[in-house]
Amino acid sequence: MNKQDYKGVMIVVQQMDNRISGVSYELIGKGKELAEALRTEVTAVLLGYEVESLCAALGKYGADRVLMVDDPALETYMTEPYARAMAAIIERFKPEIVLFGATAIGRDLAPRLSARVHTGLTADCTKLEIDPETRDLMMTRPAFGGNIMATILCSNHRPQMATVRPGVMQRIAPLESVECPVERVRVDGLAEGKNVEILEIVKKENKRQDIQEAKVLVSGGRGMGGPENFSMLEKLADALGGTVSSSRASVDAGWAEKDRQVGQTGKTVRPNLYIACGISGAIQHLAGMEESDVIVAINKDPAAPIFDVADFGVVGDALKILPLLTESIKAIRAEKKGA
Amino acid sequence: MKIIVCVKQVPDTNEVRLDPVTGTLMREGVPSIVNPDDKAGLEAALRLKDQYGAHVTVLSMGPPQADLALRETLAMGADEAVLLTDKAFSGADTWATSSTLASALSDMEYDLIITGRQAIDGDTAQVGPQIAEHLGLVNISYAEDLRVEDDCVVVKRQFEDRYHIIKAKMPCLITALSEMCEPRYMTPGGIFDAYRSREIKTLVRSDLKIDDDNIGLKGSPTRVVKSFTKAVKGKGTVVALDAHDAVDWITDRLQEKFIL
Repeated sequence: MNKQDYKGVMIVVQQMDNRISGVSYELIGKGKELAEALRTEVTAVLLGYEVESLCAALGKYGADRVLMVDDPALETYMTEPYARAMAAIIERFKPEIVLFGATAIGRDLAPRLSARVHTGLTADCTKLEIDPETRDLMMTRPAFGGNIMATILCSNHRPQMATVRPGVMQRIAPLESVECPVERVRVDGLAEGKNVEILEIVKKENKRQDIQEAKVLVSGGRGMGGPENFSMLEKLADALGGTVSSSRASVDAGWAEKDRQVGQTGKTVRPNLYIACGISGAIQHLAGMEESDVIVAINKDPAAPIFDVADFGVVGDALKILPLLTESIKAIRAEKKGA
Repeated sequence: MKIIVCVKQVPDTNEVRLDPVTGTLMREGVPSIVNPDDKAGLEAALRLKDQYGAHVTVLSMGPPQADLALRETLAMGADEAVLLTDKAFSGADTWATSSTLASALSDMEYDLIITGRQAIDGDTAQVGPQIAEHLGLVNISYAEDLRVEDDCVVVKRQFEDRYHIIKAKMPCLITALSEMCEPRYMTPGGIFDAYRSREIKTLVRSDLKIDDDNIGLKGSPTRVVKSFTKAVKGKGTVVALDAHDAVDWITDRLQEKFIL
């Protein structure tokens, strides 16, 4: 392998039901920054069926060009047809960097590909930078449940591949009137790669706001005492126009749904306001919320680690404070509306 | 039916603490456990054993003390346990780990390989799909439920906002989520046997037909060049007030920040 043959930054765009997942825009934003440091281009790779209409948005968020594999075999995600398409793209276009969302798709596709093209893969990176001397990608990620950070290099193999969790990088403000050429790529044998049968697709009905989209999160932990008290969190979240999230302990106890979980094994969030109620702040939890703009913590235990990251901490009983806080905030909001 | 479950012995990361003075990881006294996703995968295999009389072999790569994790799996009901252990395997990233495990697996008989989705010390979720690729097997990741129909598996495959029910012909590999099933406890008789009379088969470097370029540190495309503890965000203000005063204090601070 000759390293010099590999050029450019490639983002594997994720779409489901022909809708692009937000993490793809975040990765394009990061990819653009890396491409600038390398004085090269960022290419978005779009795999799917009848997805041409999605290409324009990729340019708006910073892609210099789009490679599109549009094939009926790629309509619904399956490991092998997607791996075949991406392996062919890597072989033909030889990117030096390939980034994937660390999603249920990306964390299946990327390792399969890394074994196929014989290169390294770094999971769930929180920081990506270019070493100005070697032009290598420096990939930093948490390990030991977020207790330590490790910087990882893939110096002797190309492409350098990494996954990044949704919500970790930030998308750029959409560009107006950009030129973003789209190249259709044909890959043979994709239909033959369909080696499993999808019997059923069941979408989860979820009328609640995604915790990664919410501007305000009211989050509950073990200190809430039981599922019956989560309604207090709902009421405060409603008053603030936000939604409820939770610690892992509450999910494990069955007080909250898995999709509410913030942290290392849940979701990474960065809302404008994060109110942690009865959450002690295990390092795994902090890893998922410490980038929030303003953090308020309410906990009975003055030694709780959550106070180390909180902007405003109250040592007290969340069950007593929450109803009063909700009323007070409603009153302030009503007053401001009237003013 | 022959099932091989791959497990990893991991430090219980919930128990890992940082030295407040040096900021380094304090590993002493941190208990080692069988990785939770792997343990759920083992339970799924044992249920197939209960149901269909499947033969369950557990495979692990790790230091000699991983023997303890394997004895736990025997005490839960696994039929055989194999430990891949050799200095030559150490320092492996996910690529080299998966190629080493795949090499051992290629000499074993199986209809189904089950790995955990990810280990709690690394959280990469890579080794399962990479093993499948090295062996040329179909893989289904993020399995929430598993059943067997004739020569096929039917898997409930989890995504963020949906699940797929996927059918695949064996042999194949699935990666199990902890949610899949609650692992059973070891039985007292099982514990007694596992420590007194059962043997764990050990495989070393020379037992594998694999190139030196594909194992250990040398076979690892990635390398950790630096590890450090995260800089802690500057601590804010913490107050202890009665509920009414606390509410006023919070709303005042939020108004100062223009959030209210």
